[in-house]
Amino acid sequence: MVPIAYYLVLAAILFSIGIAAFLIKRNVITIFISIELMLNAVNLTFVAFAHMWHQVGGQIFVFFVMVVAAAEAAVGLAIIISIFRTRRTLNVDEIDLMKS
Amino acid sequence: MQLALFFIFGTLAVAGALNLLLQRHPINSALSLVVVMMSLAVLYWSLGAEFLAAAQVIVYSGAIMVLFVFVIMLLNAGEEEETHGSRAAYTVGIPGATAIFCLLSFVFLSERHALGSANIGGYLNRGVDNIAEVSAMLFTKLLLPFEVTSILILVAILGAVVLARKEQ
Repeated sequence: MVPIAYYLVLAAILFSIGIAAFLIKRNVITIFISIELMLNAVNLTFVAFAHMWHQVGGQIFVFFVMVVAAAEAAVGLAIIISIFRTRRTLNVDEIDLMKS
Repeated sequence: MQLALFFIFGTLAVAGALNLLLQRHPINSALSLVVVMMSLAVLYWSLGAEFLAAAQVIVYSGAIMVLFVFVIMLLNAGEEEETHGSRAAYTVGIPGATAIFCLLSFVFLSERHALGSANIGGYLNRGVDNIAEVSAMLFTKLLLPFEVTSILILVAILGAVVLARKEQ
């Protein structure tokens, strides 16, 4: 018997670490990885709530999140490759084409 | 027993996430994310989501992370350097993330009696297993969204090919 709140607090810990990594990291691939971490944390809350309400809808939602995350990873990494090809860097501070 | 399972794999997930945050090389961050995803798969299983536990291992730690590791190796990404932006992010990122964590865990822990607790294994207790339940829902009620996601994947594949193609 584990309280559902423990699962939710674990998800909150992972989500906060994801936010911190998203803000602190300067490598665009690592930033992308921390977005995946946040998606995983939210998935854990969905599964926990699905268990709590005895319904399968939350698990279906997680399934769709996984599908969209796979599509997002493919497109995002393709964008990173094309950025690296033109700019020769992965540092987000130097990828400021839209700023100037 | 489930509490021990939760604490072992919860600690492993948090340790992996912290390692992701602290490592400076992208490949180390990617491999610590694999640790997080594998321990989350065990937690999904303990919440009665066997299908999602398998999908987590196959899709996330299999497909997506292999893609990440391939790209890191392809681009030969090295250690990231400290910049002015990262120092500014330290002053905003750590307090902001801590504030969000405190808010979320305050809400969850103050409502923990209303949230109840989880038993190990299947939660349905209706003689059907998790995969039967998921597929019945997915292929009857949610057939149209399911087909739309396949089109989404197709578009994503085409987009990835077009974006990563070498310019003439």
